[in-house]
Amino acid sequence: MARLSVAPRAKDDAKFATFLDEYERRVEATPPGMCAVAMQLDLLRAGGCQTCGKCVPCREGIAHIETLLEEVLAFDVEPDVLDEIRAQATVVRDTADCAIGWHAAEVLLAGLNTFKEEFESHVKQGKCREGVAQTVPCETLCPAHVNVPAYIALAGSGDYAGAIGMIRKDNPFPTACAFVCEHPCENRCRRTLIDAPINIRGIKKFAVDQLAADKVPTPAPAAPTGKKIAIVGGGPSGLTCAYFCALMGHEVHVLEMRKQLGGMMRYGIPAYRFPRERLDEDIRAIVSAGNVTVHTECRIDAEGMRRLSEEYDAVYVAIGAQGGKTLKLDGADAEGVMSAVDLLTKIGDDEYPDFTGKNVVVVGGGNVAMDCARTSVRAGAASVTVAYRRRLEDMTALRAEIDSAMQEGVEMMTLQAPDHIEVENGQAVALYTQPQFIGPVKRGRPAPQKADKPLVRVPADVVLIAVGQDIESAPFEEAGMQADRTYFEADDGLKSVGSLDNVFVGGDCQVGSKTVIIAIGAGKVAARNIDDYLGFNHELDCDVEVPPAAANWRQPCGRVNIVERPARERKGDFDAVEVQMSAEEAFQEARRCLRCDHFGCGVLDEGRVQYV
Amino acid sequence: MCKVTIDGMAVEVPEGSTILDAAKLAGVDIPTLCYMAKINEIGSCRACVVEVEGQDGLAAACNTPVFDGMSVRTATPRAISARRQNVKTILAGHRSECTTCKRSGTCALQNLANSLGVADLERDPVFAFEAWDGEFPLQRDATKCIRCMRCVAECAKVQHCSVWEMSGPASYRGVRVADGAHIADAGCALCGQCITHCPTGALTARDDTGNVLAALADPQTITVVQVAPAIRSAWGEGVGLAREQATQGRMVAALRALGFDYVFDTDFGADLTIMEEANEFIEWVKGGKPRPMFTSCCPGWVRFAKLHYPQFAAQLSSSKSPHQMLGATAKALLFEQAAEQGKRIFVVSVMPCVAKKYEAGVPQLSSEAGQDVDAVLTTREFDRMLRMFNVDCAALPEQKFDDPLGTSTGAGTIFGRTGGVMEAALRSAAFFLTGENPDFSTCDTTAATPDKPWVDKTLEIAGMQLRIAIASGLENTSALLDALESGEASYDFVEIMACPGGCVGGGGQPIAFNQELARERAAVLNSLDGADVLRYSHENPDIAALYERLYEHPLSEKAEKLLHTDQLTWDI
Repeated sequence: MARLSVAPRAKDDAKFATFLDEYERRVEATPPGMCAVAMQLDLLRAGGCQTCGKCVPCREGIAHIETLLEEVLAFDVEPDVLDEIRAQATVVRDTADCAIGWHAAEVLLAGLNTFKEEFESHVKQGKCREGVAQTVPCETLCPAHVNVPAYIALAGSGDYAGAIGMIRKDNPFPTACAFVCEHPCENRCRRTLIDAPINIRGIKKFAVDQLAADKVPTPAPAAPTGKKIAIVGGGPSGLTCAYFCALMGHEVHVLEMRKQLGGMMRYGIPAYRFPRERLDEDIRAIVSAGNVTVHTECRIDAEGMRRLSEEYDAVYVAIGAQGGKTLKLDGADAEGVMSAVDLLTKIGDDEYPDFTGKNVVVVGGGNVAMDCARTSVRAGAASVTVAYRRRLEDMTALRAEIDSAMQEGVEMMTLQAPDHIEVENGQAVALYTQPQFIGPVKRGRPAPQKADKPLVRVPADVVLIAVGQDIESAPFEEAGMQADRTYFEADDGLKSVGSLDNVFVGGDCQVGSKTVIIAIGAGKVAARNIDDYLGFNHELDCDVEVPPAAANWRQPCGRVNIVERPARERKGDFDAVEVQMSAEEAFQEARRCLRCDHFGCGVLDEGRVQYV
Repeated sequence: MCKVTIDGMAVEVPEGSTILDAAKLAGVDIPTLCYMAKINEIGSCRACVVEVEGQDGLAAACNTPVFDGMSVRTATPRAISARRQNVKTILAGHRSECTTCKRSGTCALQNLANSLGVADLERDPVFAFEAWDGEFPLQRDATKCIRCMRCVAECAKVQHCSVWEMSGPASYRGVRVADGAHIADAGCALCGQCITHCPTGALTARDDTGNVLAALADPQTITVVQVAPAIRSAWGEGVGLAREQATQGRMVAALRALGFDYVFDTDFGADLTIMEEANEFIEWVKGGKPRPMFTSCCPGWVRFAKLHYPQFAAQLSSSKSPHQMLGATAKALLFEQAAEQGKRIFVVSVMPCVAKKYEAGVPQLSSEAGQDVDAVLTTREFDRMLRMFNVDCAALPEQKFDDPLGTSTGAGTIFGRTGGVMEAALRSAAFFLTGENPDFSTCDTTAATPDKPWVDKTLEIAGMQLRIAIASGLENTSALLDALESGEASYDFVEIMACPGGCVGGGGQPIAFNQELARERAAVLNSLDGADVLRYSHENPDIAALYERLYEHPLSEKAEKLLHTDQLTWDI
């Protein structure tokens, strides 16, 4: 029997590919709120079904653990069952011949630690932990818990004012999020089971492109409460808090240290990604929503913070992370070396740099690094290089941002750690980098290690350091707000920890430099809890009805992606790079929505994450 | 408006209507199981699936919105087959022991399975028993729960208690007492609405017929039965009598047929309650106590107040509820006779209520003669006993209650519906204050309805402005109490009944799937009141005689001892 065939011996093996795709979809669309024990059992079963059947630990050990886990799932167990599971899994891990068994056990052992409380709740209390219940994926994963299915349906039926009103119920920045949201709402979209996630941000952008947000009136504010609220920082978090507090009838004062409102949306994100005039549409609507007074170029020191706490009924501190992190490199003080924050701040007030004929090197691999690189291209640089010490796939920037930068001619020099800057007459002329090679995973990411290669010289008239931002917490700490290594500390309701009783804190200055939507979510939470702290319980109505759900359209269909203008055209100006979605594209995209607010757990009260 | 075609019939329904709404309009019946209009429209059981033209899947009629031009076929082979299979799937986890199940005959699952012709299950059903406190008035049998979530919705949305939750992972998700608590600690008011809205025998009231049968069989026991106002509006439903056949006189004869020695009327107890409570209210007002005073006839409400709004517990009337008063009085009157004969007295109350089972067992509601009431039977248990005794109810003669606790007034009769206690109290309070009987219209409360959070009224009696309010259903009650607490509302006297519509809609009443019969049953009580020659409690001659013989006058020392209670001392 020495005959050989191209096809594998197991005749169906060649047909697996499609089904493995389905498997992947199933995993990607894992619904939020499911029980961790169920998820672990699911993973273990995958291992159990994949065993080849040769060795005892994998063949029989996994099956035994499956039985025990099923009992844990059903709350039908002896108290010491977790020890038994751990012991059996340890033996499977330690004695499995190949990685199939080893991995199944290893992952379970990790889960026993990570989900300790859930496992123990099953065993000791006979129930899941509080809050374990499936919820609408997009709405749940949006930090502001925007009613996504509702606004998709509204936009899909041509009711753009309704869509904007529905977004504003939870988020007063429909335009900002249309342009720059990292859309965590799409991460576990149930549509993934059929084809791909809905392009939620794209539909939102379509809506605000059809009708500017400031043309849609905000709801009437509640009757004045006589309470005064100070908001320190006019970025996404502060302005969100201002908006909801104003609608609740409170008197709001926004104190902003820069010339204009918007925070990092103006002073961090370049105009080609988010045109200023579009940002102003959101801001105009927010500051006119109620009794809101804006004080710009108003920097708060420690004494000022103490006074705010005394003179106002409540204060929300949302100062963001405004300081550019630096690198301790020889030559870092030379002319031509600057932080990303410095560059982008100036652009925020329309002070564009002129890099004509210059070689620019950007150090970093995040979205800010891409913003700097693409800005430098538009500022006329002769060459733009991003130097990053890990691999391309390790960059924290969105893949689309990296691709766009490369299309615009940005060179990605990966596995290059900055070593020092060559300086001539006080002016930077080159960045020397130490080549790296990728190594073992540390803290969840493959870590770079020094390669046995000589330093590389990269000509650089301008070196932009984009390695993160600092929180300028000192004056506020001095005033009595507690911070842990500059990150302000707060309870779950964003009430500041420290000696100032009426102060709330949130956004980047509490969680570190994150995304616009996370900052917005914090602003909304702060507004709700400030209202409660002041003894109110205002319920805000958006005056928009949720359209009835149409039947699911389950025909697999491609996802409409938003494209950018041709690179050779867009790289010459600071105009918006994205091409608007057409109506036929947007309506098809909206039709793909499975309306999880109506079908499945979304019809249950517990299936929704909604307030305000 | 949307034009919709149901099985070829064209109808027009408002936007936002469901296929079920449209089918109803077209006169087409679609079976449902988990669906409760406005309360539980979750499309869980999939027994109402239909075919929609142009759509691949089957749609749940109960919560699928219609669209203009929609064409629906409700009874295609595919839809029927899917319904049957889904009911089979439900039965695969349900302990079908219909022969011994209390809900046999009123079980919606049994009915649906029968009508769909679900005959053979391929496998034996798989179910798991769960422990339950057999003494608690509310009983749950997990093996019969079909996880339709009706109880969860009813308790949370209509009765404000959220005793039940849906919890657990994946296929183990099921109905449990919220937060894993013991049912006795779960804030349950014992209204019994989860029972009357349960489609199966998963939720029932504790069966006390055994104790009653034992008492009836014991020659050394004098058995006394009393029957609540609302029973006469509903008892016939469980023994196959039409409303006009199920008269009060036949009900009395039916009770005698079971062998009770004395058949008394809780309506008399209600008149007695009015004598005490109306006078208590007058003293309350004159004494400047915090307003409002709340009625306390409804033990579901009393439990709810103490468990959920304890800040109001001190404002509950101290007057015992009518059946407790009647029980205490009966025992006081029969005490010597029983002692002479060396017998014990056993008082049974037939009540439309589950909470009365709790109330009768409250240790503080007793005297030297023992508990005021020894056993409480629901209307359903009463009907069950009639069937057990093979009583031919339609052939029974019209009989009268026994003296001296059998003559009552129309005021006592309307205690069984929302507003009735208030109306009866006003009729007599006005008399006590002015010496004249008020107009019936002045005191009328027939506008009371569970469809509104509460109704109110201001009366002028003897120069006093009396502001009264009436609520039934505990979600409504909660809205009223919140308004009182915040100062948005302010009243002198408030009547609360835990069950929507009052005792006529009680958790111990006969069960008719998806029918809210409170209004229809209340009409029976109103017509009895209207036809009664006596319509003021204070004009009941036997009440006067009782005061002469036993209590002297309302709020006397003896009355305080037997007819009043310190609400704050009760065991919950």
